[in-house]
Amino acid sequence: MTQMQTPPDVVATPEAAREPVIEMRDISITFGAVRALDGVSVRLFPGEVHALMGENGAGKSTLIKALTGVYSIDSGVITISGERHEFHSPAASQEAGISTVYQEVNLVPNLTVAENMLLGREPRRLGAINVREMNRRARRTLLHLGIDVDPRSVLDEHPIAVQQLVAIARAVDVEAKVLILDEPTSSLDADEVEKLFTVMRRLRDEGVAIVFVSHFLDQIYEIADRMTILRNGRLVEERLVSETSQLELVRLMIGRELEVLDRLDRAAPQTDAEEGTPLLTAVGLGRKNTLEATDLTLYEGEVVGIAGLLGSGRTELARLLFGADTADTGELTFRSERRKLRSPRHAIDRKIAFSSEDRKAEGVVGDLTVADNMLLALQASRGWLRPIPQATRTQLVDDYIQALDIRPADPQALMRNLSGGNQQKVLLARWLITQPEILILDEPTRGIDIGAKAQIQAKVAELAAQGMSVVFISAELEEVLRLSDRLVVMRDRRKIDERVNDDVSVRDVLETIAGEARAEEAPHD
Amino acid sequence: MTETTTRVQRVLRHPLLWPVLALVVLVLVNVVARPSFLDVRMQDGHLYGNVIDILRNSAPVMLVALGMTLVIATRGIDLSVGAIAAIAGAVACTRIVGAGDEAALTTAVMAVTYALVVCIVLGAWNGLLVSVLGIQPIIATLILMVAGRGISMAVTDGQITTVNNPFFSDLASGFVLTLPLAFLIALAVLAFTAVLTRRTALGMLIEAVGINPEASRLAGVRARTIIWTVYAFSGLCAGMAGLVIAANTNSVNANSLGLWIELDAILAVVIGGTSLAGGRFSLAGTFVGAIFIATLARTIPNIGIPSEINYLFKAIVVIAVCLLQSPRARAVFRVRRTPRPPAAGPAPTAEPAPATAGVRA
Repeated sequence: MTQMQTPPDVVATPEAAREPVIEMRDISITFGAVRALDGVSVRLFPGEVHALMGENGAGKSTLIKALTGVYSIDSGVITISGERHEFHSPAASQEAGISTVYQEVNLVPNLTVAENMLLGREPRRLGAINVREMNRRARRTLLHLGIDVDPRSVLDEHPIAVQQLVAIARAVDVEAKVLILDEPTSSLDADEVEKLFTVMRRLRDEGVAIVFVSHFLDQIYEIADRMTILRNGRLVEERLVSETSQLELVRLMIGRELEVLDRLDRAAPQTDAEEGTPLLTAVGLGRKNTLEATDLTLYEGEVVGIAGLLGSGRTELARLLFGADTADTGELTFRSERRKLRSPRHAIDRKIAFSSEDRKAEGVVGDLTVADNMLLALQASRGWLRPIPQATRTQLVDDYIQALDIRPADPQALMRNLSGGNQQKVLLARWLITQPEILILDEPTRGIDIGAKAQIQAKVAELAAQGMSVVFISAELEEVLRLSDRLVVMRDRRKIDERVNDDVSVRDVLETIAGEARAEEAPHD
Repeated sequence: MTETTTRVQRVLRHPLLWPVLALVVLVLVNVVARPSFLDVRMQDGHLYGNVIDILRNSAPVMLVALGMTLVIATRGIDLSVGAIAAIAGAVACTRIVGAGDEAALTTAVMAVTYALVVCIVLGAWNGLLVSVLGIQPIIATLILMVAGRGISMAVTDGQITTVNNPFFSDLASGFVLTLPLAFLIALAVLAFTAVLTRRTALGMLIEAVGINPEASRLAGVRARTIIWTVYAFSGLCAGMAGLVIAANTNSVNANSLGLWIELDAILAVVIGGTSLAGGRFSLAGTFVGAIFIATLARTIPNIGIPSEINYLFKAIVVIAVCLLQSPRARAVFRVRRTPRPPAAGPAPTAEPAPATAGVRA
């Protein structure tokens, strides 16, 4: 087990001489019998981006909630500028200068940008809201942060990324000393992340202490100055980002589980593609405004990776292959049977499974138990009149909880109480239980911790080795390349390249995507 | 010690706690107002008393509420149940009046069967509008709520039809094993619904569709069939309620039979703890909710509330019960949990913090 270390011994840099704006010392929080946080200490310095690192369940969210007054701490001390504070409500924490922006934007969609930014603090004249003054103040703040948005526009009209920036603008407008960003980048594309980082840097330079949570290591290395690594509710270490290699960081975060990733790297593609039986052939599959006519053949025992940017058509192709959306054009041939897919039900009957990229909206049934969630697809295909016998239920659920290492290992736990990684494993189990021949996974590892990620990747490789045909879609090129035997590259709603994955590099793929981009943009200049 | 605390906690967290508590309080109010309220005696070979009346009177609301529970669990609502009840009464009564032997058992059975089949068809019509045509449930069932009154008027030619069939009137006033037949019918339907939903996979699939329709669709759940089924079932339940109400007066008034019963039924469902947002449902909760509504109706004359303000009284009680169930409202009244002293670990004061953590690890 890692020994606890007190932060001051670890970091001996000039920064350490400065006073932290917030210091949390020996914080413990207990829920029932579970110790969610066990003597964790964190120091936040002004003008620094501080990354909280750790797997899901490491205690990051609990720590944030302790700092924002959502949970009251059982023991430990929180000091702000050397003064001891106790927060019993989010309001008290906000008054002390701590602002939070959560992963899901919680603003009012049908109000304007300015109204959202000044909600509850609207400038008034003669009792009525002074709209002009409100827009002026909002514009000033936005300008100051370099966010190019009309304060009079309705929030809803803007993409999530912009809404998130507005949320940040709102947060810093209340004179925040500390800004907490809890996974703000999980649904943003690269450009949007860059915009967010620009704003973060500007705030940092003004002396705001920023707490940043993200699953993307590259982003941490780009933006963060210091990080605190947690594991299982305990402090592992506080580190300066510049003095820690990625490999070291991953090892600190997940300890032994790194070996799983290593082993997987070696075990990956044994390219004997095109050897197996074609299970599904799509010819000219397309849908208006969604996907241009696309050809694709899936073979037994092969992982097909689909690479492409957000909106490139990768998700759209998956949905057409599953009948989640109906195709306007093209033909699907299953083994030798030609069929149209009119609903997911048709696809499931043809032994196809599809796990959506939108886990929350299109996968998880939050108020049902883990067991019910796992058995949903199988039960649906049996029809309601033929319930799965109790013994079979228990057997299947226990087997998959064990095989996929789902935690808590409690079939009766409510799905919504599980972490993202564990929910994803339950959804994977839901489809494996139906014993599909074709498994389509759209971003199965997004927003989940690195341990669960490794486990899911290992499972995919194992399933393909057993003869399943897997379509693997991910925004992370490294992951797609590591897993797939064959690679399909998409861009602008069509397939632009397909090749056997014999050590294709990330650079190759990026160039394929970018090359198309250059060719298309040239005439405009 | 700890075992008792967990048991207490389990009771405190039980979803049925608040509805049952509300019912107990309501009964206590009645007992205080009239100490003989709970008295039950044998008379004419069956039980007799306020409690028995309440059980009997709860039957129509309970029947309607059972169907409503499943509809609400799929994120729907069925406003047409009152009108369907009226149609059931109208169809059954006109069949009985028009039969050769008005007082025969077969006449009653035929009339009842005929009426219930009509109600299933009407429920399926609602299901068609909601699941196939995609009309919002509140609008889809509003159509039949309005049109249904017209249909029942047409069936009875706008007349109050009185019937004379002892078997039919037994539906409301008969007793079996000293208990009111109407209540036993409601109980039987409750048991049937429980078996239908919990012994098959129907309940789980209903809940899945209600909690996350899109995820259910992608998992291959045939939401259409399920929604169709629950509306048809709701129609059947409403029909049974209508027959019990008609049998109670041995007549049918197409204008007033089952008027506002949809609201009582929705209340019973909500008081029972099933969320109007859909998802998890509780048949036991609906049972308690229906008894509560019937008890409330009895309370009004019993404690001497003037009849002019009985709707107002009912509204106030319902608001109170709903507030009791709202976690946010309860939090306002609850005293904040005092933080425990940080004496959880062994010898916390003597040891420096890292050492303590080491021991725990």
